[in-house]
Amino acid sequence: MAEVLVLAELNPAGGGVRKTTLEALTAARALGEPSAVVLGAPGTAAGVRDQLAEYGAATVYVAESADIDDYLVAPKAEVLAQLVAEKSPAAVVIPSSPEGKEIAARLAVKTGSGFLTDVTEIASDGTATQVAFAGATIVHSQVTVGTPIYTLRGNSIAAEPAPAAGAEQTVDVAVSDAAKQVRVVERVVEQKSSRPELTEASIVVSGGRGVASAENFSIIEGLADSLGAAVGASRAAVDSGFYPHSFQVGQTGKTVSPQLYVAVGISGAIQHRAGMQTSKTIVAINKDPEAPIFELADFGVVGDLNTVVPAATEQINARK
Amino acid sequence: MNIVVLVKQVPDSGSERKLDPADNTVARAAADNVINEMDEYAIEEALTIKEAQGGEVTVLTVGPDSATDAIRKALSMGADKAVHVVDDAIHGSCAVQTSAVLAAALGQMEYDLVMCGAEATDAQLSVMPALLAERLGIPQLSGARKVTIEGGTAKVERQTDGGFWALEAPLPAIISTWDTINEPRYPSFKGIMAAKKKPVETKTLADIGVDAGSVGLATATSKVLDFAGRPPKGEGVKVTDEGDGAQKFVDYLAGQKIV
Repeated sequence: MAEVLVLAELNPAGGGVRKTTLEALTAARALGEPSAVVLGAPGTAAGVRDQLAEYGAATVYVAESADIDDYLVAPKAEVLAQLVAEKSPAAVVIPSSPEGKEIAARLAVKTGSGFLTDVTEIASDGTATQVAFAGATIVHSQVTVGTPIYTLRGNSIAAEPAPAAGAEQTVDVAVSDAAKQVRVVERVVEQKSSRPELTEASIVVSGGRGVASAENFSIIEGLADSLGAAVGASRAAVDSGFYPHSFQVGQTGKTVSPQLYVAVGISGAIQHRAGMQTSKTIVAINKDPEAPIFELADFGVVGDLNTVVPAATEQINARK
Repeated sequence: MNIVVLVKQVPDSGSERKLDPADNTVARAAADNVINEMDEYAIEEALTIKEAQGGEVTVLTVGPDSATDAIRKALSMGADKAVHVVDDAIHGSCAVQTSAVLAAALGQMEYDLVMCGAEATDAQLSVMPALLAERLGIPQLSGARKVTIEGGTAKVERQTDGGFWALEAPLPAIISTWDTINEPRYPSFKGIMAAKKKPVETKTLADIGVDAGSVGLATATSKVLDFAGRPPKGEGVKVTDEGDGAQKFVDYLAGQKIV
């Protein structure tokens, strides 16, 4: 069976494999036999082989070098291009993150290939599904030149185990000077949250302008915590200073596709829809019965979020 | 400090956007076209750097004749001049091809910095800095929320989930900026009048040495096979809170086996 390279995205500091990687391994199986590629500083691959094997990696290529960690994107694209040249895979699948998309782009130029970003599904003939324009349009696309490169949007498909050998194979790394131009001097974490990552969460609770203040966002956080959800915010809420930009869902923020999306005090402007329209189930709570968000909602409550949300939070907590 | 800012004209993200069924490309002719919102932050940042360090800000656009509107907007904000690559053969180009056109145009320009928005709101690929850095062999400092240019060095805070990465690279370099970086200025009346007189140089593919057969829909590295509107959602349930809204909400979640 044809080999498909899957770039593994790892959690920082020994945190194992990200869910997006398991999803990418699952998606890659439609095209052939997945091999995982682990790139990072020395020691990166320790402890991740088993998980990659469990989700279908026949081979786990390990390329470790301080250069990969010390410089932005370019070294990873270079090592991946080297592997593509050696293995002639049927395709390359990369989890869709800002870095993942940039690696895909550089790999496309290096290998003379086409690439498709943020795909939500890959069919066995290589056709990919993408959503365009605020999720309003569903597109089927194909790479027509070279080795197809895909970046898979998180939460688009369910990761399913399919145990494979996971034979570890070390890759010699020699990062060129050309790929060592942008030094990563420091990685700074400003907000440490115990909540799930916004783009990976299976439930997202978002607040909008209707939340009315930064303090009042505690209502949103309370509901999110009762559901084990991530917290999001609309652009209006972020622009008003209610919540940090890194939590913004929408056209100029994150795109999320959770099992359940709860929009609280969000009117549902196109800007916001762009980031959440593909959620499986959408619940809206808004005092304005005419708010466009209700057009998307599977379930809507017309009411004051200040009474409905805390009461719901209390009931959900009481059920545990 | 000479800065080239890449500007793209896009269908307004606040209006309904469509693909053209004739060739599955973005329906630009019928759309309400505007400057890509994200590019305004790159222009603002470029102008700020120029104001502090001198030099020139040049706008570079690849797009149809009508993209002149986006160029004028950038010039009215304060950019000095513009280069507009316009050629019918470019229609339907993929990102890989477009990056080749931009790289060829940049090859004829003098710059210390290339700047652009962190994404275009139409295709949302966020890959142009990576593609151009690869082609031009210059450093890629993408997704900036803060930019500092000191001597021959660019320092950037790359926005990440819950924080940032501090990046450093020698010039010339390409930097893309998010909307967290600044507050773009509104063009003044004087700026709008002045923009009408600023030079806009139009170039064809032949002018920049790109083979017309290497770009466009026919040779794109990826293609759209078909598209469809998202199937309409079934009519949702909407209840009005009469003291029981929370209960009904929780009951719904329970029905979905979420709680």
